[in-house]
Amino acid sequence: MSSTSDRPPTGAPPPLGDGYVLVSNSDDFAALRRTFRRFVFPMTALFLLWYALYVLLSNYAHGFMSTKVAGNIHLGLVLSLLQFVSTFAITILYARWADHTFDPAAAELSERVLAHGISEREQS
Amino acid sequence: MSMQISAAAAVGRPGVNIAIFAGFVVVTLAIVLKVSRRNASATDFYAGGRNFTGAQNGVALAGDYLSAASFLGIAGAIAVYGYDGFLFSIGFLVAWLVALLLVAELLRNTGRFTMADVLSFRLRQRPVRTAAGISTLIVTFFYLLAQMAGAGGLVALLLGIESKSGQGLVIAVVGLIMIAYVLIGGMKGTTWVQIIKATLLVIGAGVMTFWVLSKYGFNLSSLLGDAVDKGGKGGAALLDPGKQYGKTSVTKLDFLSLGLALVLGTAGLPHVLMRFYTVPSAREARRSVVWAIWLIGIFYLFTLILGFGAAALVGPTKILGAPGKVNSAAPLLAYELGGTILLGIIAAVAFATILAVVAGLAITASASFAHDVYNTVIKKGKVSGEEEVRVARITVVVIGVIAILGGILANGQNVAFLVALAFAIAASANLPTIIYSLFWRRFNTRGALWSIYGGLGSCLVLIAFSPVVSGKAPVAGKSPSMFTDPSIDFHWFPLDNPGLVTIPLSFVLGIVGTLSSRERSDDAKFAEMEVRSLTGAGAEKPVQH
Repeated sequence: MSSTSDRPPTGAPPPLGDGYVLVSNSDDFAALRRTFRRFVFPMTALFLLWYALYVLLSNYAHGFMSTKVAGNIHLGLVLSLLQFVSTFAITILYARWADHTFDPAAAELSERVLAHGISEREQS
Repeated sequence: MSMQISAAAAVGRPGVNIAIFAGFVVVTLAIVLKVSRRNASATDFYAGGRNFTGAQNGVALAGDYLSAASFLGIAGAIAVYGYDGFLFSIGFLVAWLVALLLVAELLRNTGRFTMADVLSFRLRQRPVRTAAGISTLIVTFFYLLAQMAGAGGLVALLLGIESKSGQGLVIAVVGLIMIAYVLIGGMKGTTWVQIIKATLLVIGAGVMTFWVLSKYGFNLSSLLGDAVDKGGKGGAALLDPGKQYGKTSVTKLDFLSLGLALVLGTAGLPHVLMRFYTVPSAREARRSVVWAIWLIGIFYLFTLILGFGAAALVGPTKILGAPGKVNSAAPLLAYELGGTILLGIIAAVAFATILAVVAGLAITASASFAHDVYNTVIKKGKVSGEEEVRVARITVVVIGVIAILGGILANGQNVAFLVALAFAIAASANLPTIIYSLFWRRFNTRGALWSIYGGLGSCLVLIAFSPVVSGKAPVAGKSPSMFTDPSIDFHWFPLDNPGLVTIPLSFVLGIVGTLSSRERSDDAKFAEMEVRSLTGAGAEKPVQH
């Protein structure tokens, strides 16, 4: 289904729940999902691998981690602090990307869903 | 991080410690009373009306997360084990990226009050909700027990109460104050308690960090050097990995297991997930995680300095000789730096930490029982919001009593084991189903049930037959296991933490269960869940006052 068919219908109200299914099948939503997954999945893989590398080095490469860098500061401590740096960096990157790239596209699609009407799901 | 209490005098003046803590309780109770005049509806009671800002909820998340195990446990672990202790901080922090990238916003958009709302969204309601409710209650129970047991150890150190019955009385008082917070304040009051406590905790740790660093001319290297010198024979090993976990290939596997449970556990902790419903939108949920990551990250950097500061200024011999052992490093450092008053403040903050975390856990467990088990499963969703809240309030009292009794029984038990168990269960029982139901269209009810019950059951069985329960090599005639009698030994699983086995197992069970069932996923509901989770259309709105 193409995005042009997603215009709110005139006349009779659409069947309940129609909005979600309609938007779900639209190209624009497929694009939004792709945008989301293309950012979030590689980023998750990246930080998990970097964390795994750090844990494995700490566990199985004691000599390497004990390399002196400056005074009493060893390579292990430097890599530990880099875990903090990378966590903060990914947080900043994600928040900026989500605010500027993802939110506007998501908001536009959200309006389209609501314009079609949604079912009041039995939620308990 | 054992919490065995040995008879020894308190540090500082117990009167000062009690007075400062009492001041905290009076001020927070007054605030709770003031903010919570409206608490009738379920949205008010469970989610604070969804009117907290991202920043407020972020501070509260930090408050929920930085438990006594974080503050006392990690500072102590670094003081005694050095580098290996710091690995806890890193796992606990990096874990937040899972919540930020994969879970927080999607959960806020999809659910209403509990984790089970999301897990059961497009699957068969009653069986999945029952499973999610049970795993919520079990994770919360172990976390709760750890906090209450920790209170016992603190009491010995800070208030000079040596008798078990006296400590039991203090645990009961902590439990009763917690019940009052939650009954009066609901989620709104609990959130404010978290905000105040997190602010005090981060400021307190920050002041101590600054103080320690100023003693060493803000030179990290000379602080580390002094910690090594004070450590005597074992001092040099502080700076390098392996002091705690590097002994054998089994302890190394245990470390991998712990690392996995820590990084995947956070995004499956029900009391963390429930906080995402207290904000008006997914955007604010994102803000709150960003705030939480900054606060928690900065706090863990402080623990590095506090830990090595305690090693350098107090010394491991004195720390391990104190009542509360490793957990006493931070309070002893406070006493060394600022005497009675600073110790009193830090002691009060530590108590406030336990109190606030326990309140957060109680509201999560009561919401899950009233909303998931009582209303949806037992009453088939026919109960009004008011009636549900009434049941939730009764549940809070029951949970409070269980926590008090459990805390008295667990007094003296190893706190880290209980917390690590809660993380391992959360990562095994909850996270796979959260991820699959958000991202995998084919996922179905059997997959969810196999994953939740399989993860939960395998965790409990492996822990029961692990060395934390029985069979650790005795030290001075007493085994460090839960059964201290060395002749009791029924362990056959070699690792302390089961995560390395149970987390992959649960992910696999989710796939096998799904593929072996003929149940087709409900395409309309998946469409609704996917569109709603990403766009926020139809997400729960905040209460208008």
